[in-house]
Amino acid sequence: MTPEELEHIAQTEHDAQAEISQTVSVCVAAGCISCQSQSVKDALDREIISRGWGSRCRSKGVGCMGLCAEGPLVSTGNGTLYKGVTAADAASVLDGLGAEPVERLLCPTDVPFFQRQKKIVLENSGVIDPERIEEYIAASGYHGLIHALTEMTSVEVIEQVVKSGLRGRGGAGYPTGLKWSTVSKAVGTQKFVICNADEGDPGAFMDRSVLESDPHRVLEGMLIAAYAVGASEGYIYVRAEYPLAIKRLKIAIRQAERFGLLGPNISGTRFSFRIDLRLGAGAFVCGEETALIASVEGKRGTPRPRPPYPAQEGMLGQPTLINNVETFANIPPIIRNGGEWYAAIGTEKSKGTKVFALAGTVKNTGLVEVPMGITLREMVFEIGGGIPNERQFKAVQTGGPSGGCLPSECLDMPVDYESLARAGSIMGSGGMIVMDESSCMVDVAKYFMDFCMTESCGKCIPCRVGTYQMHRLLDTITKLHATPEDMALLEELCDLVKNTSLCGLGQSAPNPVLSTLRYFAGEYAAHIQQNRCLAGVCGKGAHV
Amino acid sequence: MRRVGQQSRGLIETLHTVQEAFGYLDETALRYVASSLRVPLSRAYGVATFYHFFTLKPAGEHTCVICLGTACYIKGAGELVDAVKQDLGISPGETTANRRVSVLSARCLGSCGLAPAVVYDNEVAGKVTPEQLRQQMAKWNPHDA
Repeated sequence: MTPEELEHIAQTEHDAQAEISQTVSVCVAAGCISCQSQSVKDALDREIISRGWGSRCRSKGVGCMGLCAEGPLVSTGNGTLYKGVTAADAASVLDGLGAEPVERLLCPTDVPFFQRQKKIVLENSGVIDPERIEEYIAASGYHGLIHALTEMTSVEVIEQVVKSGLRGRGGAGYPTGLKWSTVSKAVGTQKFVICNADEGDPGAFMDRSVLESDPHRVLEGMLIAAYAVGASEGYIYVRAEYPLAIKRLKIAIRQAERFGLLGPNISGTRFSFRIDLRLGAGAFVCGEETALIASVEGKRGTPRPRPPYPAQEGMLGQPTLINNVETFANIPPIIRNGGEWYAAIGTEKSKGTKVFALAGTVKNTGLVEVPMGITLREMVFEIGGGIPNERQFKAVQTGGPSGGCLPSECLDMPVDYESLARAGSIMGSGGMIVMDESSCMVDVAKYFMDFCMTESCGKCIPCRVGTYQMHRLLDTITKLHATPEDMALLEELCDLVKNTSLCGLGQSAPNPVLSTLRYFAGEYAAHIQQNRCLAGVCGKGAHV
Repeated sequence: MRRVGQQSRGLIETLHTVQEAFGYLDETALRYVASSLRVPLSRAYGVATFYHFFTLKPAGEHTCVICLGTACYIKGAGELVDAVKQDLGISPGETTANRRVSVLSARCLGSCGLAPAVVYDNEVAGKVTPEQLRQQMAKWNPHDA
């Protein structure tokens, strides 16, 4: 594919779109599908045909529009967004085209939830049909790749990524450019690029939405990465629990192969690259890169000590680049617009935007993309719309089981890698769960410890035994039988597990306990000294 | 297996395919897969038991997956588990004695906007209340059956 051919496809698609004067976009990402958005789309199709509007009006399935709590969402362009649409509303929606919108279904879009976002990764989500490569190309897709292949050397590509200041979006925040240049300098007979789509954090669904809404963006990011580091084979390690994402990825890979964007001698150059899917099978630890590689190789997903890092010795002992879905999704716009453009967004050390899955007891749950450096207060109270049922905010949890709970004192803190780490939490992959006064922090800590205990792979003892013992202690506390000695032991164990575990799972497992101890010590004290739970959750013995 | 090139690398892919076809992995299947891919049976068994997604037991007629992700937990998934325990007498991971209903738990379905979420036979239902869950269970597993 030459730049001219790409331009031609984009132009043809633009022309085709211009002929259709009315497009009704229906969200067909997982959130809305589970509210029966497919039947809404089918009803719209039937209604369009029965009205004989086929030539000038059509419905199309698009990716996630963000406000998952109000689904199914339907957009008719010009900022008109409908929420909670059912199949029975199809006629009303079509009546509203080019006329007054349907008042009762209207979802206001001039609210902070939409206005405060800045979309880079999600720029096409909710706009293009994820199952058609032509629409992605028409939205400047694959332009970055062709530009890189035809006009840039691999060193120049890495330079742009370094300049952009992009950091790994999987959670740890390792500079992406540095990782790429390590892999490109490493020596091996073959190199691999792996996309980590094993989104295991409970409460996080960013990667899933990106894969379901804009799969080609991830493929393009991987292709550019492969060109930069000199890899010829790629794998996407995706959770088997995401059937829709798998289906769309398979379609996307097939389409890209047909267009000559994947396969041998891409764009007439010597660069060849193929991508295969590997299905995860439900093991949280496989998000850790060495465990992930073991799993891609068909083994049990247990981590191994690093170094050697996968950048030197990864898949089959060869240099391997592993990045997260969101990291790859950031690459095409960086190459298209240049690293400096990206570096202008965000804070000094955390550049660009971050996608968050906002959930829990907050009014607007869903997917949001915000510039780094926004405060937690803006996230929870402006974008999130605050706490429903007139309850009080208690904490916001970031980073899943490896992260921590931050109290209201931290609300004015900017969201960036360093600030979150200082406060005892982590950026994580982007789960953000809001809790109100009805949640007990000890119970929440126990929940996460239960998670880490079950997900511990069992290879190293601090993690395998430590998480079990910590869970047992937390269980005693929530049953209101604990003594002050139990508290001392819990703190000692936190320190031990954090510092002696083999991989990230064990090292970060104590974080939920440490952060709740730091900010909500009073709750622990109440459980032990007064035998009562301030939130009224514990002691009933009812929970998991 | 031919698709993965009879390589031991394809073990997980193969097990996925087998489970998709038969619903679970029994001893015969594991022995067959292990010998075809030339890996020790211990490794096939190790992989099959390491990952949560694989099951060595046949599932019931209907399956009900309760999401226990953080958002669902905060919004009351624990009460859903209790409701099932009371009504069917089984915990997540178990099947009723008459093989009608299997109850499973999931770490996160990624439908956090709809918390608490439950999957009834591959259909995701959002904002589920214990009463709704009880009704569905009663439909699948009538007391007089």
